[in-house]
Amino acid sequence: MDVILFLIFAAIAVVCGFNVVVQSHPISSAISLIGVMGSLAVLYLLLSAEFLAAAQVIVYAGAIMVLFVFVIMLLNAGAEIRRGRALLAQVLGIPLLFTFLGLMAYFAKNMFPGASDVRFGAFKHGTALDVGRALFTQYLLPFEVVSVLILIAILGAVVLAQKEME
Amino acid sequence: MNYFLLSLIKAAVVAFVLLTTLAYLQWAERKVIAHIQVRVGPSRVGPHGLLQPVADIVKLLTKEDLIPPYVNKFLYLGAPMFAITMSLLSISVIPFGAGIHIFGDNTWMQLADLNIGVLFILAVSSVSVYGIALAGWASNNKYSLMGGLRSSAQMISYELPLSMAVAAPLLLANTLSLRQIVQHQEGYYLGFIPHWSIFQMPMPQIFSFVIFLTAAFAETNRIPFDLPEAENELVAGYHTEYSAMKFASFFMAEYSNMITVCCMTTTMFLGGWLPLWPAGAGSNYVPAIVFLLAGAISLYHGLNPVRRRDGFTLPVVAVVFFLLAAVFLVPVLKGALLPLFWFAAKTGALLFLFIWIRGTLPRFRYDQLMAFAWKVMFPVAVVNLLVTGLLVAAFS
Repeated sequence: MDVILFLIFAAIAVVCGFNVVVQSHPISSAISLIGVMGSLAVLYLLLSAEFLAAAQVIVYAGAIMVLFVFVIMLLNAGAEIRRGRALLAQVLGIPLLFTFLGLMAYFAKNMFPGASDVRFGAFKHGTALDVGRALFTQYLLPFEVVSVLILIAILGAVVLAQKEME
Repeated sequence: MNYFLLSLIKAAVVAFVLLTTLAYLQWAERKVIAHIQVRVGPSRVGPHGLLQPVADIVKLLTKEDLIPPYVNKFLYLGAPMFAITMSLLSISVIPFGAGIHIFGDNTWMQLADLNIGVLFILAVSSVSVYGIALAGWASNNKYSLMGGLRSSAQMISYELPLSMAVAAPLLLANTLSLRQIVQHQEGYYLGFIPHWSIFQMPMPQIFSFVIFLTAAFAETNRIPFDLPEAENELVAGYHTEYSAMKFASFFMAEYSNMITVCCMTTTMFLGGWLPLWPAGAGSNYVPAIVFLLAGAISLYHGLNPVRRRDGFTLPVVAVVFFLLAAVFLVPVLKGALLPLFWFAAKTGALLFLFIWIRGTLPRFRYDQLMAFAWKVMFPVAVVNLLVTGLLVAAFS
């Protein structure tokens, strides 16, 4: 059951991800990206990371992508015009992509030699309680540093927006 | 009985009740607003217009289903479906009542008790904005586009105070499961003040209750926050180009969101299915007394009819009320029905508040709407959350 669900949603994620690049209209690409986020959330659920799944939907699918769609709608961006691609890209594009993927797989395997196979349901520490406890004890410093970083980014955005208005 | 069959039955019952409530909520809204404005409201189809929802459904089903040219077909057809799916989805985690014993099985009056129940509802509500936004964009109409834009900006802005307001009672309950949140609110101070979140020590959540309710009005696009469909500025906003059942989907989505939000408020702040005062002080007899009184009133008006047909319809209504009162006195059914009564009473009172406010308040201006979210609601929600956190940490 878990494996079937995994296969379905992994396939949806890959197809949607491919669609993001292929689609010519920004809105269609954005919707495909929402599909990727949604199916990723389901994959998190399958791995028993409930809190992460909910956060994925709330933050990425619900907040960030709404902003994307909002901006695309506001600018009324039209379909992108396709121009002929360079000869180099046409010839080398797909072979280079596969080389890159192969290299990624090779490094991932070498960097974590002791990693065992993933088993659905084996992980038990994905609840909000566990994540909260880890964030506020073991990872307190990184957590606080990231919050300060985000705060700085927000302040920067406010400053930039104000300059625009004057 | 196995788990699968039981879940199927529960889902069917919840779906039936939800859809019936949807249809009659609209009747109730038209009646209440009519009386606020000193009109009669729907009164032609059936006694007191009670069959009006059926007539509406027939009308919407048989209407011509127009698809304007130049729309983005895929999104234009997908948006209403998405809106209605998302709005019906979140009812599945709401707990309606305490545990019951049925067919030799113990079960809860709830479809699914997720340990991320609150987050699930927030996630669904944050995704449901796409239905409206994409409908506005796909219609290829400037009024629709403005409606869609307004709704996405409004929903992002009000989601923030909404989530902050939800977080505060969660600090008191220390769980994300909606059922456990209700169970945490059991008990009474001094024997009569209920332990609900809005009264609970060390920090009564009255502020977050008000913020949550206000943000809920904005999230469901209800007056005074119905900017996405402001009819005197935008024709009909995001659903201008929709007709027949596709329009009905948006309509149903709005009412279903309203029901979900009221259920959620009841669960989070008003103690869910728990009674207003202890059973020892006679709260178990409240439903029977309420229905008896309602029956007596309609019997009185039936015997002194204002209109000719009241002499026939109101006594029938009175008999129905008396039967309901009798049902609430049957000891076997009491355990299951009393929690349901309290849940329905609280949710119904909140729904009435929604309708009442629609009949009372004018619409905000768009800049007022945004300023209110960011400069009033958000700071108040943050301060409330901080104070609650501090007090919970100090007293636990």
